[in-house]
Amino acid sequence: MSKPRTPNVWLSKAAVNGALLLAVVYMLFPLVWLLTAATKDAGGLLAGNAFSFEGFDLGGNLSRLAAYNDGVYFHWYANSLLYAGLGALACSLVSVAAGYAFHVYDFRGKEKLFGVVLLGVLVPTTALALPMYLLASEVGIVNTYWAVLIPVLVNPFGVYLSRVFCAGYIPDEALEAARIDGAGELRVFWSIGLRMVMPGFVTVFLFQFTAVWNNFFLPLVMLSDQKLYPLSLGLYAWNSNAHAEPDFYPLVVTGSLLAVVPLVVAFVSLQRHWKAGLTAGSVK
Amino acid sequence: MKARTRAAAILLTPFFLLFTAVMVLPIGYAVWLSLFTEKQSGLGFGGTETVFTGLDNYTVALGDRAFREGFGILLGYCLLYIPLLLAGALGLALLLDSALARARRFFQLALFLPHAVPGIIAALIWVYLYTPQLSPVVQAMEAGGVGFDFFSPEGTLPSVVNIALWEWLGYNMVIFYAALQAIDRSVLEAATVDGAGAWRIAFAVKIPLVKASLAMVGLFTIIGSLQLFTEPLILNKGTGSAVTSTWTPNMYAYTAAFDRNDYGLAAAASVLLALTAALLSFAVTRLTGRRKAGTAREASTARAAREADTARKEQTA
Repeated sequence: MSKPRTPNVWLSKAAVNGALLLAVVYMLFPLVWLLTAATKDAGGLLAGNAFSFEGFDLGGNLSRLAAYNDGVYFHWYANSLLYAGLGALACSLVSVAAGYAFHVYDFRGKEKLFGVVLLGVLVPTTALALPMYLLASEVGIVNTYWAVLIPVLVNPFGVYLSRVFCAGYIPDEALEAARIDGAGELRVFWSIGLRMVMPGFVTVFLFQFTAVWNNFFLPLVMLSDQKLYPLSLGLYAWNSNAHAEPDFYPLVVTGSLLAVVPLVVAFVSLQRHWKAGLTAGSVK
Repeated sequence: MKARTRAAAILLTPFFLLFTAVMVLPIGYAVWLSLFTEKQSGLGFGGTETVFTGLDNYTVALGDRAFREGFGILLGYCLLYIPLLLAGALGLALLLDSALARARRFFQLALFLPHAVPGIIAALIWVYLYTPQLSPVVQAMEAGGVGFDFFSPEGTLPSVVNIALWEWLGYNMVIFYAALQAIDRSVLEAATVDGAGAWRIAFAVKIPLVKASLAMVGLFTIIGSLQLFTEPLILNKGTGSAVTSTWTPNMYAYTAAFDRNDYGLAAAASVLLALTAALLSFAVTRLTGRRKAGTAREASTARAAREADTARKEQTA
């Protein structure tokens, strides 16, 4: 059913793809800059000519990064992996359990309760960080791993997504069959439901992992002990020093590059999962 | 049937317990705290005592020019950022959705990639790219005769908006693209048969059909914008930028709590910010008329599930 092709189709094609390419350049050149800048020593970094490999010293930067302050950087790295990995795993499990319950079961006031979850999506979480800090200090968990781990277990949007995914991935017949075989309800969830909705689980995990890895305000408010810092907070602290001591610049830049790597790898290798997540969100 | 109710309760309890601890309680606690003020007792020797002061903290916050200016800056930020974000993301999605685009997977991934960069690192990178002596961008702009000082008072909004656009343009483009892909192809074919050109189809058919996505992205963007903190904080710290330490309401609350140790004031500021978010969410949902009956939501949930399912199949195929 296509229209007869006109001679300027070629021109339109060039214009469309050219515009897209221009947008890609805008998105990628700061990342390219990060890559080249991470290879430079302090002198090369401050000397300009950003996209060259002048003053190439990537090895030196990495070893200084590992050595500084008894390798505190990789301590932060491990902390970030812990907060994001463990936090996102538990959060996904909690979210999928709730989403599954909303999809599978009928009970009184169900849609009202789901409305509360949807309202939770709209809460500006940074406005809660301060009262959460004061609550945490009442309970005595300020400046501990728990202060960062507990708040990231809650993601109302994850519950919404999980419900959508359960509706898409779990046919009622599969649950019925398991029940007829005599499996209890929780057993059905654990060994049938959870397994079938696994792609959705991975999607919720991926988004929560990203959110926690990128989280800055919460740890900033909660943590004062450097040993507990995640990467975002550690790099922020170094950057604050860099204005007085330029030697910190290569540390901040190289540290930033390494901090971006896991997420870039995750997004490149899990493309169908983040696309599915954004699709489910978009057709709400 | 009883077993099912029990299972539902067991599966829902962890979420709602945590939800209460992490969202409901802090909101209540913030409201409570905002009604008290720490006062020096006696001559100032005996430490401090906490005194109930009613709405005083709110009067103080609202009476503070810095706080009010923070909301003014947020307003300016939203007016500049949100139209650019929506138009940019929708424009890119329409380009990608047009029959002329090539290498769609590559474009999607490349445009989405900045989302993998933590906000703090994005801000650090852009601060380098704004610094006149270091930046190839500023140098190129000067060579092209359009010198611009990102750290000047006029440069603050554009420099923060640019960082936010860089972080969120691709992310929202993917959302719009997914919505565009979900449009029934026969509708587009019918429009083509009726003689509509590509522009006409984009504006008269495609955009009206993705209005719901536009409204949703708009809503989330407003809520996100109100919480603006990280990017201006980086600009504030030692770059010589004109961004101040109370530039946004969130920064004001943070400064009140940790520089001035005035938790009551900080709580009042947080509550006012959350109230603004609630009012705006309400206004946006009302204006765009999204919230219909529960049945409509059910239907759209099912539709979203189908879309997710198709997306999955397409990706695995």
